[in-house]
Amino acid sequence: MSDGLQGPPPEERPHPEGRRNELGIRIDPEIEAKAPERQAVLSALVKHEPGVLARVSGLFSRRQFNIESLTVGPTTDEDRARITLVVEETDPGIEQAKKQLQKLVPVIAVTELEPSAIERELALIKVDGSAPDQVGAVAEMYDGKAVDVSQESVTVEITGSEQKIDAAVDAFERFGVHEIVRTGTAALERGTRKTT
Amino acid sequence: MSEHPTPTHEAAEPSGSDSASTPTSVTTGATSVVRALENAGAEVMFGVQGGAIMPVYDALYDSEIDHVTMAHEQGAAHAADAYNVVSGDPGLCLATSGPGATNLVTGLADANMDSDAVVALTGQVPSDMVGSDAFQETDTTGVTAPITKNNYFASSADTVGDDVGEAFALAGAGRPGPTLVDLPKDVTNAETDRDPGPAQTPETYTPQSEADEEAVAEAARAIENAERPLLLFGGGVVKAGASEQARKLAIDYEIPVVTTMPGIGTMPEDHDLCLSWAGMHGTGYANMAITHTDLLVAIGTRFDDRLTGGIDTFAPEAEIVHVDIDPAEISKNVHADYPLIGDAGRVVEQIDDELTAAPDADEWREQCQTWKSEYPMTYAAPDDEPLKPQFVVETLDEATPDDTIVTTGVGQHQMWAAQYWTYREPRQWISSHGLGTMGYGLPAAIGARFAADDDRTVVCVDGDGSFLMTMQELSVAVRENLDITVAILNNEYIGMVRQWQDAFFEGRHMAADYNWIPEFDKLAEAFGARGWRVDDYDEVADAIEEAVAYDGPSVIDFHIDPAENVYPMVPSGGANAKFALTEEQL
Repeated sequence: MSDGLQGPPPEERPHPEGRRNELGIRIDPEIEAKAPERQAVLSALVKHEPGVLARVSGLFSRRQFNIESLTVGPTTDEDRARITLVVEETDPGIEQAKKQLQKLVPVIAVTELEPSAIERELALIKVDGSAPDQVGAVAEMYDGKAVDVSQESVTVEITGSEQKIDAAVDAFERFGVHEIVRTGTAALERGTRKTT
Repeated sequence: MSEHPTPTHEAAEPSGSDSASTPTSVTTGATSVVRALENAGAEVMFGVQGGAIMPVYDALYDSEIDHVTMAHEQGAAHAADAYNVVSGDPGLCLATSGPGATNLVTGLADANMDSDAVVALTGQVPSDMVGSDAFQETDTTGVTAPITKNNYFASSADTVGDDVGEAFALAGAGRPGPTLVDLPKDVTNAETDRDPGPAQTPETYTPQSEADEEAVAEAARAIENAERPLLLFGGGVVKAGASEQARKLAIDYEIPVVTTMPGIGTMPEDHDLCLSWAGMHGTGYANMAITHTDLLVAIGTRFDDRLTGGIDTFAPEAEIVHVDIDPAEISKNVHADYPLIGDAGRVVEQIDDELTAAPDADEWREQCQTWKSEYPMTYAAPDDEPLKPQFVVETLDEATPDDTIVTTGVGQHQMWAAQYWTYREPRQWISSHGLGTMGYGLPAAIGARFAADDDRTVVCVDGDGSFLMTMQELSVAVRENLDITVAILNNEYIGMVRQWQDAFFEGRHMAADYNWIPEFDKLAEAFGARGWRVDDYDEVADAIEEAVAYDGPSVIDFHIDPAENVYPMVPSGGANAKFALTEEQL
């Protein structure tokens, strides 16, 4: 037995120069590396059963994945549903999100869609009714249409990419937008390429 | 010391089973549940009765599966967890709805963090009352979804046995984990004559057993060319039963080994190549090695922050070969340069087959040995000072057989038990690692006792705080006359918190000092166990000898030096090689 733990103190121990960034990737110690984030569209084919949406949304919340939108709906197979998720993450974060999704037992398959995939979102925009003709003209510009008109408001339906809808909402702002609802992105691969 | 009569009823015996080895015949959902468990080979389950689960208990009356009534559902989950770690078979726990189910939550979260195969069956209010805030209703599948591998809400008596079989199969398959089946009372009560099908994993669950051959070849080349190779064995090596293959790899190619805490015992700690475990309170030499390696071959580990310290300084010059059965662990915390997805034992064999030469690492091995002699795990234990916990742990280790099973709670005592006991085999060290659940030790010792052969010794090294959290389970150990020895390292503190308060909070002991603590030896006697109190060095060996020899539950209350702290210590987020040997070095 001795007087407790022995050995050279911390400052006398050699330490390698190397470093890792926050993602655990070895980097040049001189460089301050911050991993860039990007947007990705993930499509998950899931068993159509109670609780599956809660499992998926719970996963994204508890693992702090940044999620822009989540949509869910039936497929041609009544036992399966498709969930489309738009996430904003670093490349390793997107990989991790895919693998964690795949780990959920009711999830059948997960893919990240190509940038060329068809992405669509539906928005209903309730605009002030004081200038219905002008509202109609703007709606037409965005291939939208008025679906409800009253003394006070005109409600316009617009379908398109997220960016297009953002632009349309901006355009309607000058009339005064009362309320808005957006579905989030649904997406499929183009041509013969399978989504999942 | 008073003598207590041993309780006479035989609770672990199935009371109505004259017809031993006859499988339960399926007449209801509940009998189908029990039949599915029998089909899956279940031998014992740990649980607590209650309203909504009564039909399942009633079906157990005629089954040969043993049931152990625990004092609290958390104890049932921990017992099932330790049963799994010791035996390798899924552990089973049973609870009623509402509070019964929520009391399981800590144990399930613990099993989830440590990848232990635990199957929980919970009662639920009848289906038509679900959602009405009925008496003892809780959304159990909702509450447990984030802490289980998967859970099930049984919808029909015809299929409930299949649900249970699937939960059982899934818990142990691939990367193990807890599963739960919620059993509405109408489903378990409903009539059915449909026998459950064979227990099988869901078709969406397809773990990969063999790694990609090209990836193995690349990893093998990296190993051959490494100058400072280091093997890191994690809990996955234990789960996969891969210790033999992993040891062979280390010994044949003379590569030094560090383990994680869950990986303790995968490599004998008294082997020359073994540097014990790395991390926050790991050995100095393991932390030096893991910092300086140029190729870390990590098998079955998830690079927990207690292992890595700060990611920026973790193994900063190492390429990493990461073997894991869970693809989601690859590059989750630390980037894997050579990802190998598959079963640990199989992938290690693949690596072994592919290797053509051992790495040229004589200097590195010498360096590791130098670190071993530079940073020995010594401690001071002067006779005129209060009892040192390290001395108690070493004496316990010496007084017990090599294959003794050690369970612990969480805190300082856990670290001393990990540091100063020499482990030689896997499934010998049973602890709460990822979740850090105080109170794990005693119920775990009960579960371990049921899993282990009768001739093995089971010791729970506990803390005073941890023991207070689940000590009611001592009633179970007495009732079942379980031969376990609880060694409490009692400093009358939540010791690890007090240590951190001294180091990082200017010694302000807020809510870490119990000020008053029960006399655990007398408490043990009140429960019907044997109890000892030890304050002095010269009483340690005798008390241990008597307690271990006693054929039943025993408790030794070691009053240790309250000022003793756990070192080495890598402060949270710090660099592993900068471990402190004293508080002044923090």
